[in-house]
Amino acid sequence: MVIKAPQEEAAREPCLTTRELSAYFGRSRVVSNVSIDFQDREVTAIIGPSGCGKSTLLRCLNRMHETLPGATTTGTVRLDGTDIYAPGADPIAVRRHVGMVFQRPTPFPTMSIRDNVAAGLKILGRGAPRGREAEGIVERALRHAGLWEEVKDRLDESAIALSGGQQQRLCIARALAIRPRVILLDEPTASLDPLSAQKVEELVYQLKQDIAVVIVTHNMQQAARVSDRTAFLLMGDLVEAAPTNTLFTAPSDPRTEAYITGRFG
Amino acid sequence: MGDAIASSGTSGGFARGRRVASLAGAAPGDRVYRVVITAFALMIPALLLLIAVAIGVAAWPALSAAGLSFITSSEWNVQAGKFGAAPAIYGTLVSSFIALVLATPLALGVAIFLSEIAPKWLRQPVAFLVDLLAAIPSVVYGLWGIFFLVPMLRDHVVPFFRDTLHLGNTPLFSGPAYGPSMLAAGVILAIMALPYISAVTREVLIAVPRSQRDAALALGATKWEMIWDAVIPYARSGIIGGVILGLGRALGETMAVTMVIGNRPEISASLLAPGYTMASLIANEFTEATSDLHLSALMAVGAVLFVITLIVNGMARWLVWRVASGPKS
Amino acid sequence: MSALRRRKAGNVFMLGLTYVAAVLATLPLLFILFHLLQKGASTLTPDFFTNMPRPVGEAGGGMSNAIVGTLILIAIAAAIGLPVGIGAGLYLAEKRGGALAMTVRYLSDVLNGLPSIVLGIFAWQFLVRPFGNFSALAGGIALGAMMIPLVTRTTEEMIRLVPNSLREAALALGYPRWRTSMSVILRTALPGIVTGALVAVARIAGETAPLLFTAFGNQFWSTTLDEPIAALPLQIFAYAISPYDEWHKQAWAGALVLIVIVLIISLAARHATRARFGSAAD
Ligand SMILES: Nc1ncnc2c1ncn2[C@@H]1O[C@H](COP(=O)(O)OP(=O)(O)O)[C@@H](O)[C@H]1O
Ligand SMILES: [Mg+2]
Repeated sequence: MVIKAPQEEAAREPCLTTRELSAYFGRSRVVSNVSIDFQDREVTAIIGPSGCGKSTLLRCLNRMHETLPGATTTGTVRLDGTDIYAPGADPIAVRRHVGMVFQRPTPFPTMSIRDNVAAGLKILGRGAPRGREAEGIVERALRHAGLWEEVKDRLDESAIALSGGQQQRLCIARALAIRPRVILLDEPTASLDPLSAQKVEELVYQLKQDIAVVIVTHNMQQAARVSDRTAFLLMGDLVEAAPTNTLFTAPSDPRTEAYITGRFG
Repeated sequence: MGDAIASSGTSGGFARGRRVASLAGAAPGDRVYRVVITAFALMIPALLLLIAVAIGVAAWPALSAAGLSFITSSEWNVQAGKFGAAPAIYGTLVSSFIALVLATPLALGVAIFLSEIAPKWLRQPVAFLVDLLAAIPSVVYGLWGIFFLVPMLRDHVVPFFRDTLHLGNTPLFSGPAYGPSMLAAGVILAIMALPYISAVTREVLIAVPRSQRDAALALGATKWEMIWDAVIPYARSGIIGGVILGLGRALGETMAVTMVIGNRPEISASLLAPGYTMASLIANEFTEATSDLHLSALMAVGAVLFVITLIVNGMARWLVWRVASGPKS
Repeated sequence: MSALRRRKAGNVFMLGLTYVAAVLATLPLLFILFHLLQKGASTLTPDFFTNMPRPVGEAGGGMSNAIVGTLILIAIAAAIGLPVGIGAGLYLAEKRGGALAMTVRYLSDVLNGLPSIVLGIFAWQFLVRPFGNFSALAGGIALGAMMIPLVTRTTEEMIRLVPNSLREAALALGYPRWRTSMSVILRTALPGIVTGALVAVARIAGETAPLLFTAFGNQFWSTTLDEPIAALPLQIFAYAISPYDEWHKQAWAGALVLIVIVLIISLAARHATRARFGSAAD
C-alpha cells in the first residue's frame, strides 16, 4: 500500500471536489452537507453501512442522481474547478467526463462485445472515431480492463455470453473507452465470485495510474486493499475522510472506530 | 505506438483523461424527443375526442327530433322518417346475453381445466386452440354461420328442443324457424366471446395464491371443493370482469351477427325469430341511407352503442383491477 | 362414509365436466377449419390469386384485387398505428404514474374497447363525407386507429420489461435520453414489440366493419389510395350474402386465404425471437 506523505498530498490539486453537497429524494435528505476532495490518480473508497447514502453520493458526482424521480441536490461539485451543477453545464457532458460502473454488470444485451465497448463512442455523431481508429480504441480499452486476451477472438459475439466477472470488466472497458477524467465504481465486486472480484480489484489498481477512482464498498477489507483514501459515511453524514491507513488504524471519530471494529452496521 | 500497447498489459497512459475545460453542451435532441413522444401520446385522447364529437354532432339532428322515443320506440320507418331504435337495442342486449349464458360456463370450465386439472402436456395445445378462436375474423364466423351453424340449428337443435324436450309451446321456442335468428346470433357470439372470457379467467385463476389452495386441501377438501370453495371465490370479481369484457366484445360485434341474425327490426320473445342489433343496423343501412335524417339516425345508433360499450368496458376494467390490486372484499 | 363417497363422486363428476368443457370449446375451431378446407380448398387454384372476380354465370375467377387491396390497407394501417402506438407506448413507459400518462393509458383502453363499426362511421364522417367518395386511405386510417391501442399497450409492457439498469448504464455513458430510448431500450424491447405489432396486424387484417363505408370494396383493379379499394373481408362478405352458388364457393376460398394470412401472421408473432435481457436483468 502506498502511503503518501501529508505534505505531498496537500500540494496536489484535487480533480473533483464537493462542498456542502446534499441529496434529496423528495423531502427526505439522504446525503447531508458533504464536503470532500477526490485526488487525481488516487483511489478513494467510500464505506458505510447499507442505506447510508453511499450510492446516492456517488451518483451526485456525475449527475445521475437527478435521473431518478423526485431526486434533487444542493451544494456544489467541481470537476477541475468547473461547477458541474452550474446552469450552463450539460449533464451529458458531465457524464462523459465522469464514468460510472454499477453493482451488477450492465452489458447491452443486443450488442456484441465490440459494440458494447464502442457504445460510448458511437453517439459522438460526426466526431465518432471510425474504422481502424475505433478498432484501436476498443482494443486498448479492453486491454486496459484486462479483458483483451479473453475476448479477442470473439469480439462479435453477444456480450451476455460472458461470465459475470468478464461482464463487469467489459463495463469498465466501456467506461474507459470514452476516456473519462474520473471513474465511479458502485460496489463493483458485490455480485461477483471471489476470483472475479480479485481481478476487478487488480484492475482498480491499474486504473489509478491514469485517472481518479472513486469506489463504493461495504467490504472494509476491500477498501483497505485498494484505496489511498477512505471516506466513512453514516446516515448521510460524512463522518471522516482520511488516508486509508490512518482511518483504519487511528480513526479520529469514535463512530468510525465503532464501525471498523464491527460494533455496528 | 501499436507495439508499445501490445507489449504492455496496461494502457501506457491510454486512459488518462484530459483536464476538463468546459461542460457546455445541451443538444436539443432530448427536448425534441420529449415533444414527439408526448405528441404521439396526445393523439389517443385527441382521436377519442374527435370520435365522440364527430358522432355526437352527426347524431344530434336525429336524437333531438326523436327525443327519448329514439330508444323507446320500435318503429324504424325510413320513408316516414320515424326512427325508433328499441328493436336494435333489444337485439343487441339479448343476443349478447344469450352469448354470455352459453359462453360463461364453458369458459369457466376450460379455464379451470387449463389452470388446475389438465396434464402439463395438454395445457399449451388446448390453450392455443381456444386462443385461436379470437384470431378468426368475424366475417369468417359469419360465413360459417350462414352455411353451417344456421342450418344445423334449424334442422337439428331446434327440433330437439321442440319435439324431444317439448318446449315448442313456450314463448322462447314459438313461431316458425326460418334459420337466421336471435338464437343463431347468440350462439355465434358465444363462440366469439369464449376466448376472451377464458383467457382472463385463466389468468386470474393462476394468480390465486398457493396458500388459498393449501388451506382448503388441509381441511380435507376434494380437489373440486378446493376449486369451487377456495379458488373461484378468491378470483370471483376477476372472473366477472372477464365475463363483462366478453360482453363488451359481443355488444359491438358486427359482421358475424349481421350475417346470421336475419336483420328484422322487431321485438319478439321467440329465440327463433329474426332480430336486429345496433351494429348490424348500421352495417346494413349506412351505405343505402340517402336522407340526412336517416344518416343522422344511424349515427345516433352508433352513439348509443358507443356509450353502452363505454360503460360495460369501464365496469370490466374496474373489476379486473380490483382483483389485481388485492383479494376480494 | 356415504357422505364421503358422495363427495368423491361429485369431485370426479365435476372434474369430468371440465374435460367436456375443454372439448366443447375446441370443437368450433376444428369445425370452422374443417369446413374452410372442405369447401374452400377446391376453388383455391393459382387462378384465384391471379385473376379478377368474374360476373355471375362465368365460372372461375379470383380475388387478386382483393388480396392486393388487403395488403395495401394493412400497410396504410401499419404506417399510422405503429409510429403512434410505439411513440405513445414510450411516453407511457417513461411517465408511468403521471396524470397525463394515467389518462392516456385509460383512454387507450377505451379506444381498444370501441366497436370497430363505430370507428367505421367516424372515418366516414371525417374522410369520406367531406370528399364525396370512398377511399383506400379512409379504410386504412380506420384500421390504423384500431391498431393504435394494441401497439401502445404492448410497447409499454415490453419496455417495462427492460431492466432499468440498462437505462442507467446508457445515461451514465453520456447517452442523451432520446438516444437511450432508441438505441438501448427500444432496441432491447424490439422482439416483444415486433410480436405485439404482428398480433395487431393479424387482428385488423380480417376486419370488415370499419371498411364497409370507407374502403367500400371494388370489383375492379385499383391500387389508388383515393379511390374505393377491394379487400378480402369485404369480398367474402359480399359473396357470402349473395344468392349464387359460384360466389359462395369463392367466398369460402377467400375465407381460407384470409385465415391462412391471419394464422401466418399470428404464428410469426409467436415465434418472433423472444426478448433476451441476459444477466443484466435485475
Ligand atoms: N429511488 C429512491 N427513492 C427514494 N429513496 C431512495 C431511493 N434510492 C435510495 N433511497 C434511500 O436513500 C438512502 C440512501 O440509499 P443509497 O444511497 O442507495 O444507500 P447505500 O448505497 O449506502 O446502501 C436509503 O435510505 C434509501 O432508502
Ligand atoms: Mg448502494
